[in-house]
This record gives sequence, C-alpha cells and structure tokens, in this order.
Amino acid sequence: MQFWIIQGLNSLSLGGLLFLLSSGFSLIFGLMRLANLTHGAFFMLGTYFGATALRAFDGLNIWVTALGAGIAVAAIGGLFERLVLTRLKTNPLGQVLVTLGMSFIISDACLMLWGGDSIPVPTPQNLQSPTRVFGFVFPTYRLVLVGCAIGAAIALYFLLERTRLGAMIRAGVDDRQMARAVGIPVSNLFTVVFCLGAGIAGAGGVLGGPILSAYPGLDADMLPLALIVVILGGIGSLLGAFIGSFIIGLIYTFGTALFPELAYIILFLPMIFVIAFRPQGLFGRVGA
Amino acid sequence: MKWIAATPLVALLLLLPFFAGDFYVNLASQILIAAIFALSLNLLVGYGGMTSLGHASYLGVGAYISALLTSRYGFGHGPAAIISITGTIAMAAFFGVIALRATGLGFLMITLALSQVLWGLAYRMSNVTNGDNGIAGLTRPMPFGISLDSAASFYRFALLVAAVAFLMMAIFVSSSFGSSLKGVRDQPRRMAALGFNPWMIRWITFIYAGFWGGVSGLLYVYYNKYIHPTSLSITSSAEALLGVIAGGSGTLGGPVVGAALVLLLKNYASAYLERWNMLLGLVFLFIVLMMPTGIVPGLARLMTRLRRGLR
Amino acid sequence: MTPHALEIINLHKAFGGLSVTQNVNLAIRPGERRLIIGPNGAGKTTLFNQISGDMRPNSGQISLFGTDVTQFAPYKRAHFGLSRTYQIITLFTGDTLEHNVTLGLLGLRSSRWQMWRPLSFYGDLTAEAHRTLDAVGLLHLAAHPVSDIAYGEKRRVELAMALAQKPRVLLLDEPLAGLSNTERSQVKSLIASIPRETTVIMIEHDMDTALDLAETVTLLNYGRVIVDGDRDSVIADERTREVYLGV
Repeated sequence: MQFWIIQGLNSLSLGGLLFLLSSGFSLIFGLMRLANLTHGAFFMLGTYFGATALRAFDGLNIWVTALGAGIAVAAIGGLFERLVLTRLKTNPLGQVLVTLGMSFIISDACLMLWGGDSIPVPTPQNLQSPTRVFGFVFPTYRLVLVGCAIGAAIALYFLLERTRLGAMIRAGVDDRQMARAVGIPVSNLFTVVFCLGAGIAGAGGVLGGPILSAYPGLDADMLPLALIVVILGGIGSLLGAFIGSFIIGLIYTFGTALFPELAYIILFLPMIFVIAFRPQGLFGRVGA
Repeated sequence: MKWIAATPLVALLLLLPFFAGDFYVNLASQILIAAIFALSLNLLVGYGGMTSLGHASYLGVGAYISALLTSRYGFGHGPAAIISITGTIAMAAFFGVIALRATGLGFLMITLALSQVLWGLAYRMSNVTNGDNGIAGLTRPMPFGISLDSAASFYRFALLVAAVAFLMMAIFVSSSFGSSLKGVRDQPRRMAALGFNPWMIRWITFIYAGFWGGVSGLLYVYYNKYIHPTSLSITSSAEALLGVIAGGSGTLGGPVVGAALVLLLKNYASAYLERWNMLLGLVFLFIVLMMPTGIVPGLARLMTRLRRGLR
Repeated sequence: MTPHALEIINLHKAFGGLSVTQNVNLAIRPGERRLIIGPNGAGKTTLFNQISGDMRPNSGQISLFGTDVTQFAPYKRAHFGLSRTYQIITLFTGDTLEHNVTLGLLGLRSSRWQMWRPLSFYGDLTAEAHRTLDAVGLLHLAAHPVSDIAYGEKRRVELAMALAQKPRVLLLDEPLAGLSNTERSQVKSLIASIPRETTVIMIEHDMDTALDLAETVTLLNYGRVIVDGDRDSVIADERTREVYLGV
C-alpha cells in the first residue's frame, strides 16, 4: 500500500514538473507555431542555476531562486528570439533547426561551466521534514511541487482568460493573420510568449532540482517528455498540457517503478494511441 | 560538363589508398558512411519534403541488430545483415505509419519522440544492449573470404557500397516515382486530385530512406567494431540533418558535401576543442541564418554568375 | 436508365454551429454543362471540395456514375474519372509546362509507381503532353518553367492538365477569374470545345461569359440550393433576382 501511495505522489510531483516544463512549450507552439527544441535546455539551465545558488547560499529561499532563474532564462530566451528567431519568420523549418542548435549550445555550455558530474540540489530546509497525513508519511517537498503546478496553472489561466495580454495571445493562437489585422502587435507578442515560456521552464528547473538533480543530459531527458505531453494534451491548450502532464507523470513513474526497462515503451503507447485516433490531442485546437 | 568534373574526383576516390596514409583512408571511409546516411535522410527532407529528426533510429537499429546477432547469438555476418536490414525496414514501416499521421512540424515532433524512445531503450535495457557501455569487440564481415580489417580494404568496400547507394538513389529520384514524390512535396492536394496517393508515396519513401539508413548503420558498426546508444541520439540525427541542409537539400551532391563537411569539422574540432556539440549548434545557426539553401546550390549560383561574367 | 454523371443526395456540412452546406441535392446528367452560381460565401467551393473529396461531409451521399464515392479519398475519385481545377493556381512553378502536363498524365497510369525508369523514358506520355499543350495553344512554351509564363497562360495549363486525363466529370472552380478580356475569350472557347464525353460543372462569378457556356444552372445561397433548372428559367426566376439584388 505504501508503495502505491509513494509512487502516486511521485507521479503527481513529476506531473507538476512536467506541467511547468510543457505549459511554456505548448504556448510557444500554439502561438508561434514553433516546436521549441531548446525548451529542455531552458529547464536544465534553471536547474543548474538553482543548484549553484542553493548550494552556495545556505538558507536561500527556493522561491526567490526560482523567480531569479526564471527571469534569467527568460532574458536569454528573449535575446535568442529577437536576434535569431525573428530573422527566420519565413523559414519555419529553419526556426526549428536553430532551436535545436541553441539547445546544443546551451547544453555544452552547461557541461563546460558545471562539469560532467551530477549535482544534487538540497531540498529547502523548512520543507525537509515529512508530512503526516492519515498515518502515512509524505515527503513534504513533493507535495509542495504539486501545489506549485496547480498555482502556476491557475496563474496562467488567469493570464490567458482574464487579461488583455491573454486575450491577445488567444487571438494569435486561433488566427494569427486576423490578430495582426485587428492591430495586435504579433511580433512583440511572440517575444513576450517566448520569454514567458522559457521563464516558466527555467523556474520549473529550479524547483525540479531537489528531485532530479542537475546533470548533463537533463535537457535530453525532459524534452521528449514535453513533446509527448503536448502531443497527448493537444497543442495550444493549457488544460491539455495540465492533464497531459499528470497522465504522463503517472505513466512514467509507475512504468519505471514496475517495468524499469520498458518505461520508454510504456510512455510511447499513449502517444501512438493519441496520434492514431485523435491527432489533435485530447484538447488541442491546432492540428499538428 | 558535370562528367568532366566528376572524372578526376572518381580517380581520386579509387586511387586514394595508394597515396594516402591510413589516417586519411579511414577518414574517407567515415565520410562515405556519413554520406550514405545523409543521402538517405535527404530522400525524406529534400525530395519528400518531410523533415525528420529521428533518422538516427535506422542507423542505430541496423547497427545494434547486427552487433547483437554476431556477438551474442553467434550469427554469421551474412544472415545477421539480412535480418538487420529486414528489421530496419519493418521498423521504418511501423514508424512511418505513426509519423505520417501528421505533416510538417507534427511529423518532426513525432519522429523526434520515436527516436528518443529508442535511444532511451538502448540505454535502459542494459542486459540486452549493454547500456552505456555499448557493445564492443565486434568483427568486420569477410565477403567472399576477403578480409576488411585493413584501412584500404574496408575503404574499397565502403566505396563500393556508397557508389551503389548513390546510383540507386539517383535512379530513384529521377524515376517516375521520384517525380511523383517531388510533386507531392510541392502540391499534395493537386497530386491527389490527379490520381496520385500522397500517403502511399510518402510511406514508401519513408521505408526506402529507412532501408539506406540501416545500410549505413551496418557499415558504421563494421567500421567502428563498436556500437553505443549515442549513435541513436538526437545529436546523431541532427548531424545528418545539418549535413543535408548545409550541403543543400534539393540535390544529390549536396548531402554528400554537407556530410563530409560536418565530419571533417567534427574530427578537426575534437582535436582542438572539447565542445563539439556547441560548435555544431553554432554552425547550425550560421548555416540556417546565412546560407539557407545550402552550399552546393550556393556554389552552383556562383559558377553561373562567373560564367556569365566571363562572357 | 443511364446513371447520373454526378448525383448528390441530402449533403450536409457544418463547422461547429455554422452550416455551410444544407440539404443539397443535385442530379447532373452525362454531358451536361452545369453552372453553379451564388453570392460570396454561398458555399460553392465548399461544395466542390466535398465532391472532390478534399472535405468530408457530415452526412449525405455523393455518387459518380452510380457508384457511391462519399468515402473515397480524392485520389480514388480521380481514378473514377473526376478532375478539377482550383481557384488559386496549383501548378508546379519550378518545373516546365511539359513536366507539369506529363506529371498530370502520370497520375492515372500504373507507371507512376516505377522506381527505376526516368519520366523521360515514357515517350508516349511526353507526346500526349505535347498534344495537350498544343490543344490549348501553348506548345511553343513547353520547355519554359511555369514561373515564366503569364497568368492567363497558367490558367490554360491548369485546364490542359485537367482535360489531359480525359475526365468523365470536370469541376472548374472560377476558371475565368483574374483574366484579361483576350484571355477570357481564349479560355472560354477552350471550355466550349470540351467534348461531350466530359460532363462540365463550373463555378463562376463572371455571369456574362459563363451563362453562354451553361445549359443548366444551380443557384446556391447560404449553403442551400435556391433554384435549379435550365439556364433561361433560372435567370428569369424571381428568387434569382432576390438573391442577387436583394429585391
């Protein structure tokens, strides 16, 4: 029983992290029609920033670190978008290739700066003691992560549904040409959304540190998960990213726990199922 | 005109082992293998209009099947090669059905995800694939009893396979099927209205590209006598894609030039720099921003301009 | 009784709450020259898209010469003798006129699956392509890339490609759009000379020219068939005036 509960919680916390990772990816794909292959690297960058900061300054607040790293990664993303991506407006394939190139640059830079060993990230002290619920013991931090994801989801929901910026983003996702025609500054919107997506990924990276550790190859581990979540949940749909993240978190955690060697194939199956029977994903508005 | 230019190149290729040392002959073998791999990818990218980021799957699977069958199950190289190619074709057929549910970016994402799944499997299933250690101590085949262990003899073997590959792919792209493939790339709706079956044309091409990818995988594992999950990685697919795009995806010569360039860069760079991946990324950015159609078309344009200027 | 060339029964298509095709019934006899008219947004091209298979209806049936083709993919309908042109030019702009028409001819031949003989090997295809280009007066441009020729000439190539396969049913989507007066009369005489073996269904806005070519007319509005019958009676019908003049 303990096993199922622990794995269940692990699924939820992984799902939460995946949401932080893939919500940005889904937004960027939905608005800019860009499969941002740098996204895993943005996440990893956040994890490394977090690892360094949290290890160097004892007692540093993890939320502040996440915010800081999020801003830093958003800035890097913004520079990349302005300097490189905007020049390739007419070349969507080229855009994807440069995001791939950028992911290589970032991952090698991380290797250069932090070396090849895995860097464990300390769990924040005030969240280290386990929580007792109904006689079961839960690692508090994992519970907090789930809360984070829900919080981020609510914040993003409010942003998209209740603000002018959100309305502009949604208009752009639905019909880019029309949005431009009604005067929405689509190109600036692109930069904002790209920064937002990168920033959320970076912040998510910090928060994921205590569970995942910072190691070279983290980006390559996370990117396909983001892809699978977005394919499953549907492109451009926040709800799809949310539900998809938790479904994949569940499948991946239980899959790895029960059939470690076949975890990847088990991940594979819902993706095939979705592509075969419902290519727009569970909640997608934009076809792949 | 093209044939006159080709003759010294062909002579150079054939006579290479006689005047170049082992290091360069081996480098040439690696270039040939990369060229076949890039050409197979170009069938999809350049002629089919389907950009795949998972082509390393076919190289890797082809290599791993041969490696496992020969080292662990005592198969001879001949049967192992046949099973490997058959397996690669079957996998391409299966992956093709899944990936072709989408086009454009969706197709790209699905090929990427599928190839990452394979890579993950190669790493995790250590009792089968030996995981991160890779499979070492492999041997080269001995076709008709001829040993391929020396640099020169392997080079001649690779050259023969590459020549056959190049010829067969050249015939394929200029055939009526090839014309219909290019048509589907350019105007899929029009082609369907004319009676062509776009899905079938794409699927057959996907399988054919997978076949040659598998062939390059066999040559790869014979050359290195070693196989590791990295050969299935995104980097491996990306290097091939870079070669195709850098060289020029609309032609047959482009991917060969591009693959050679990427390989030379990799070898040169690894002697001086440790950060090959970063360099690869920067080159990607440079080529896409500065030379989007590739080197070969760029050179061809230059030649035409020079010729006009000389008149 | 010979089956209708094209028969549409209770066709319905909706996007969410918006019905673009509502209970459309059409029966077109072999050899007929039918004109489909209607204001912008009436659903004419959507109807064509469902006939050619580019769009699937929500309900209803489409039959070609008695065979139910509703579930057929577009390429399959081509093999059933259906051919169409598009509002926008969909030619292979980088290729020569000859290559375009040859490719068009290849679509129904089994040699399209050939993977080792070049297209130039099929001399009979090239000859047929030349004949087709000659029939539309463009043989002298056969070796030119499509990107080099005038818009009116491109329209004639489109028409040539559609006719080359000797279709049983030909859908022409605004074949006269964007043409100069000379070009219009050229294309018009081309359409007029199409043999009776081909049933022609045309969407057109240029009434004057199109009505000359039509024998029967169908008026669509808001996705519905408003009037349907021979040319003169449809023109005289009150409802036609209503739709176009709002009277």
